[in-house]
Amino acid sequence: MDTGRQSAPPWGAFAIKDCALVAIATGRRARTLLELRDELRTIDPASIYFHFWGGLLRSTFDDPRFHNGFAIWADHGLHDTALAERLSVIDPTDFGDMEHLRARLIEVIDDDLAETGLIPTAREGAEFDFVRSQIVIFDTDRRLLNPAELPGAVARMSRTSIFYHFVDARRRTPDSVDDFTTWLIDMDREGFQDLCVGLASIDPFYGSLVETREAISGIFRDFFGE
Amino acid sequence: MSNLLGQYAEVAGKDVVDHLRQLAAPLSGMRVVHVNSTRVGGGVAEILAKLIPLKRELGIDARWEVIDGNPQFFRTTKSFHNALQGDPADISEDSLREYERVNAANAESLRDELRSADMVFIHDPQPVPLLAHTQERCGKWIWRCHIDVSKPHRPVWDYLSEFLAGYDASVFSMAEFAQHLPHTQYLIPPSIDPLSDKNVPLDESEIASVLETYGLDPTRSLIAQVSRYDRFKDPVGVLKAYRLAKRFTPGLQLVLAGGGADDDPEAEAVIEETREAAGGDPDVHILLLPPDAHRTINALQRAADVVLQKSIREGFGLTVSEAMWKGKPVIGGDTGGIRLQVVDSHTGFLVSTPEGAALRIRYLLHHTDSMAEMGRKAKEFVRENFLLTRHLLEYLTVMVSLANRFEDRIELG
Repeated sequence: MDTGRQSAPPWGAFAIKDCALVAIATGRRARTLLELRDELRTIDPASIYFHFWGGLLRSTFDDPRFHNGFAIWADHGLHDTALAERLSVIDPTDFGDMEHLRARLIEVIDDDLAETGLIPTAREGAEFDFVRSQIVIFDTDRRLLNPAELPGAVARMSRTSIFYHFVDARRRTPDSVDDFTTWLIDMDREGFQDLCVGLASIDPFYGSLVETREAISGIFRDFFGE
Repeated sequence: MSNLLGQYAEVAGKDVVDHLRQLAAPLSGMRVVHVNSTRVGGGVAEILAKLIPLKRELGIDARWEVIDGNPQFFRTTKSFHNALQGDPADISEDSLREYERVNAANAESLRDELRSADMVFIHDPQPVPLLAHTQERCGKWIWRCHIDVSKPHRPVWDYLSEFLAGYDASVFSMAEFAQHLPHTQYLIPPSIDPLSDKNVPLDESEIASVLETYGLDPTRSLIAQVSRYDRFKDPVGVLKAYRLAKRFTPGLQLVLAGGGADDDPEAEAVIEETREAAGGDPDVHILLLPPDAHRTINALQRAADVVLQKSIREGFGLTVSEAMWKGKPVIGGDTGGIRLQVVDSHTGFLVSTPEGAALRIRYLLHHTDSMAEMGRKAKEFVRENFLLTRHLLEYLTVMVSLANRFEDRIELG
């Protein structure tokens, strides 16, 4: 691993970054499904981001069926498991931006309201609090010059670094892919195609960031060797 | 790596400490002052006692100031505390004027420190008016609220919020505690210190010695609640749960252990109520411990089969994470910050009544495999979420945020 002395290769060095995330109250909350839908119409996009991705930075024993805060509340707060399942299968990386993701959430909720004709309500104290987050990104000054360094480097990355490069990247990159894939494709699209398919098969929503790190590192080890 | 940070790296992981260093780098040399109302007793003092030296090791010029008060001042702020947690309280004009007078006097004695600080963290309601008495301040002021203000008694909240309006930000432990305030409200749960006397591993002999000191039988089941003697902690409800459970576990013993704090004048009355409710039961041990009895508390938590924190209101309840860190499942009141720590049926149980607590005590004492598995999960949950290093990291993130701008993404360097 390089700390800046060697010159970068033509495809550029991989800059290992890290991040810290802090939650911020929006002051908006919902007790009924109707209120959730109405708040979703105007809530800060950063809140939608937080409720889809922010939970990954916290270990949890929540039901692994549900992958975002809206789905978890639909099940645990409103006891509407069907809605929870429909909200949970929404893959945020399928949407070009937060506005499309917002529209899809509202559509699913509207369908549920129309289908059941009921307005599920949470008990007092179990309201949904809309939270947004602020993410601070910093450079670790560590650089990878050669892809063969990936297995060892990934194994040593922090959970938050994995979050930044493998999860947050999907929101930042034009193709909604992780940073490793972007770097490898820039370098040699054909040569690393199978490797990138392997990376795409890792679902960060099914497991902790530590498990995700092990999965990524394992794929790199299989490809490049120890 | 410096000594203190090196010790934390051994418990929390080297990458966690590296992370702290990287995030602290742009804050190097910053003057930060934390202000609260007691140096000993209670969770806030315990957190600050370690947070300050850690910040200093990270290159931040951090200081801790404690305001002075008189009995009337602390009676008033205790009434504030209760009112903010929802207890209706009628606070006299005279008491409010004394509260403001004491703060004005403290602002005067801390004037240079507060004026020149880059950031000032004011903890809980006691020192809130300091800002109003600090003219020409240079830095950002942040109110750190450690208590459950989800349903405050309105007149008291309205009174305090006038002082809070001038702050640059607030920090609450949970989203449901956030209020209508004209500034950013960060959400940071507090934490425990794994290296403190209250949480370090203990030898079996030390635990046995503590049990002997307090007349506890190590061969019989033991349940414990460790917290200040405060009605919101519901010690009488714990006694009721114990009695209901004891019918099915005749040898059951209960320890209620806690102390007062310098800023809590009600503790004595609550102890008396609790003793009266215990009715002389020889298996109920009501211990009033001094503020420095950390290793004793540590031993009692480790000796207990099950730990309770049956609060009816709770800002956070650090004793929950303390017990979980020792591999104990916790039966906690379904309120406030306990909900963040006790993941129902995974790291313990959430209950709403003494009857619910009794049922869960019986379940755990009769399912020792489940008890052990929950304890294992509880410890890992605390390692990931409630250690001091995570808390410090989020403070640093807030400081970076305030030193930069309020955008969703801040890229340093």
